[in-house]
Parts: sequence; structure tokens; C-alpha cells
Amino acid sequence: MCGIVGLFAKSAQVEERLGVHLAAMLAQMNDRGPDSAGVAVYRDAAPSGSSKLTLYSSDPREDWAALAATLADELGASSEPGVRASHAVLTVGAEAAEAEAWVRAHRPDLRVMSAGRVIEIYKETGLPRAFADEFRLTDFQGTHALGHTRMATESRVTTEGSHPFSTGLDLCLVHNGSLSNHNRLRENLRRAGIEFQTENDTEVAAGYLAWRMREGASLEQALEGCLHDLDGFYTLAVATADGFAVLRDPIACKPAVLAETDDWVAMGSEWRAIAVLPGAADASMWEPQPGVVYVWEKVAV
Amino acid sequence: MRAVAEREQAAVEVVDLEATSLRELNQRLHELAHAPGPAHWRVLNPNGAHAVAAGIDADVEVEVEGHVGYYCAGMNKRATVRVHGNASTGLAENMMSGLVVVDGNVSQSAGATGRGGLLVVRGDASARCGISMKGIDIVVAGSVGHMSAFMAQTGTLVVCGDAGEALGDSIYEARLYVAGEVASLGADCVEKELREEHAAQLAGLLDAAGIDAEPADFRRYGSARRLYNFQVDNAGAY
Repeated sequence: MCGIVGLFAKSAQVEERLGVHLAAMLAQMNDRGPDSAGVAVYRDAAPSGSSKLTLYSSDPREDWAALAATLADELGASSEPGVRASHAVLTVGAEAAEAEAWVRAHRPDLRVMSAGRVIEIYKETGLPRAFADEFRLTDFQGTHALGHTRMATESRVTTEGSHPFSTGLDLCLVHNGSLSNHNRLRENLRRAGIEFQTENDTEVAAGYLAWRMREGASLEQALEGCLHDLDGFYTLAVATADGFAVLRDPIACKPAVLAETDDWVAMGSEWRAIAVLPGAADASMWEPQPGVVYVWEKVAV
Repeated sequence: MRAVAEREQAAVEVVDLEATSLRELNQRLHELAHAPGPAHWRVLNPNGAHAVAAGIDADVEVEVEGHVGYYCAGMNKRATVRVHGNASTGLAENMMSGLVVVDGNVSQSAGATGRGGLLVVRGDASARCGISMKGIDIVVAGSVGHMSAFMAQTGTLVVCGDAGEALGDSIYEARLYVAGEVASLGADCVEKELREEHAAQLAGLLDAAGIDAEPADFRRYGSARRLYNFQVDNAGAY
């Protein structure tokens, strides 16, 4: 099964309470995916020339402050680590790709959950409702967010196998469904230089988008490419630094509902995930058409 | 005494799902199969809950004020269920008899495997509407999505708008009437002549659904009956 939620703020009020809304939406999808949960939140852009990493450590005694100090020495100014349960967000004075490469080379025991200037990804095994408390989701302010509750079918129930998946800077994806050509596609993408950390099918879809966008495709074009190159069942929700998109495969077995008001655009596997948002009763609401890409992008003010 | 009894009959039982559990609502509706109770119910704040008013076996009317989740009015017998909102997957699945009316749009597999009764959708229905239907009549005022009436056995699907790809794929003896465009017909589904008896059936269903449409504007589709028996010429296809 699995549950997906997405929220894209169109007003300052919704940005301020993004985490409160996200936690409520995720709790509604608890039963669709009781084995793991995760969120991607777009917030607090790092200053130009610096970047943010979300790191995961399986060691509960991980000394994040020491790591931040080392990063500051090696790569330039670093902020206090933002620690939430097994994860920490570190802002460093280097481009994201350089910072990520340093961590991979010097701390192979850590997982880079996300890298970029605005994205933060948190994910863990266990009940989604417990996850929301443990990671203090209600604290978050931000522009947009995705969430996922997982009922695993294609790979093991682990922190790494939880969604969202990110294989490109500020890019992430959540997925309800299963892909059947992920092994072949993963090999092709590896040859094109895309790195994968798991055997999970969804990570391949994230890698595919990262590859297409690296080759110059827009988010919309990259998603249209999925219709040709991904074989299987999928409802995908994708986020970039300033965009949010939804795509269902042409057979459309996996559910999705979209709704929009003057204050927000929301996506959910089911209406009950959206019904908890302010003004939901008066929202315009529709089921995304099979094989059609829906994209929203922040307009620069 | 009679006046009091009539007033009680006319009273509407209101159940607010923000205050009452879904389990309790459905339990009370199920008890109507064995014991007398209110004839008219209003359900408030469904907020996408699953299985709202599923499994009723009684001559009652239930009005649901809002959007419902999966399997609303599933397995319905005799009851009238009206949804003043949209409905999710599997609306009125395996309905046996009675009437289900949705004011808004409905998601996939509406009326799936339905054996009897009438399902009316005033908006659009998405994919697989009437999949494997076995006697239910379905009237959709808007359009239906792809693979509608897949393996439909008996019953009638009336679509006042358009039908998506592969309409009536592997159909048995159900009758399909579509007023708008059909994106494509599924395997073994063909257009058939719309004769007087079909126009009369269509007029009756449109009337029952309260939809003002002209039977002459519809086309009829049904089974070519070429898949009923194994043909040795097709052996290579297996």
C-alpha cells in the first residue's frame, strides 16, 4: 500500500504552520504505511556559497557537534547542528556536492539523507505517528513538504529503504507502487554516473529524475520521461527547491487526490489526509488523470 | 398515538462522525436488518472515512454530508444512500439492491461486482467504473475513465459524457450506453444497434436517475461474443 502526502504553501500563514499540517496529514496515512515514515521539508535556505546536509547515524551517541567543528575546519564556516533523533542537519561553507563528497569519503558510516540549500530529509522505521513526535515535525516552518508512510513490498524495512529518496541536490521523491524494471534501469543510470545507496526501486526513480534534470530536462520533462522509461505501478510526488509535482502511471491503480485553495496545494493518497487542512471543505478537489504531469512552482517575488 | 409514531418516523437521526465512531454508526445501521429504528439518517463530517454506511440491509435512507473514502455503501441491500460530496475507490461495490446517489465525482471501481440496484453518479467516475458488474445498473451523468465495464457480466452502464480507453474489455452480457465519445473499445466489445427496447430501457434508467437526456443521443455497445469459446486459430496468442 503506502501513503503519500504533499503540501505546497501559497500563503505566509501556511508556511508558518507547515510542520503542524504535515504532521496531521502524515498521521491520517498511518494505517496505509505502518512500517516506516519520512518527510522532506524545504526550509531555511543556506546562504549563497554554502549548503545543508541532512545526515543519519545509526549510533545514538554520535557527536554531531564534533563533526560540525571538523566540517568547519575542512570546508569553512559551519552552523550548530540541528539534531532530531537519529538525524542532524549541518550547514557548511561549501557547495553541496563538495560537502557531500567529503562526508562520503571521511565518514562512510554516516548516510547522507539529503544535500542542497533548502531540502532536509528525515526518515525512520516505525509507526508514522511516533515518527512525527520523535522528529518534532510540528516545529517546522517552510515553503513545501512531502511525506510518506511505508508498507514495504520491494525491499527491506530499514531507515535507508524508507522514503523520501533524494539522489540529486534539493530533489526528492516519494512513491506509492512498485517498479518492475528498476534493476536494469539502476545499472544504466550507474553507468551515467548516478550513485545509489540501496536496492530499493523508488531510489531508481529518484535517480532517473536526477539524471534527466542533470541532462537539462525541466522537472515536467523529466516526469514525462518516466511515462516511457519506468515500468510498473506508481503514484509519484516530487519536490525541488521551488517546485512540487505529481504523476500517476497510465494504468493508475495507485490512488491520489489533489486539492487547492488560495492558501495551499495539497496532494494525498486519500482525501482524509487533506481533510485535516484549514479550509479543506471549500477546496477545489480532483483526482489526477493517469499519465498527466501536474507541476506547481514558486514564482520568484 | 399515531401522530407521535408518525413524527418519530419522520424524525431524522443525525450522526456526527467527529463525535461518534464509524464502527458505532455502521453497527447501528446493521441492526436495522433485525430491529426497527429510524428511517432517515444524516451523517455529518465523514472527512474521507472508509466504509461509511457499508453493509446496510434495511429500507432506510442515509444522507452523507461530505466526501467519503473507500467502499462507501458497499454490499448495500434495499437502502437509499445519498452522498452530498465526492466518493473514493469502490463506491457501492458488490451492491445487491437499493439506490446509491453521489452528487460529486467518484474514484475508481465504482459499482464493482454489483449484483443489483441503481448507482447514480452526478459528476464523473474515474477508471474501472462497473468492473465485473453482475446485474447492477449504473448511470453516470458525466464521463467514465479507462477500462470501465471490464469483464462486465450483466446489468447496464449508462454514460452521459465520454468513456475512456478500452471500454467493455472482455465484456459478457452487460449493456453499455454512451452519449459522448468513446476513446477506444476493449477486446470483444463492439457497437450494436440501439433498438426500440434499448431506447425504452435507457429512458427508464435516465428517468430513475433524474437525468434529462435524450435516449436517441446514445450509442449501444456490447459483447461480440468472440471470446466465449476457445478458437484454435487463436492458439498462438496464448
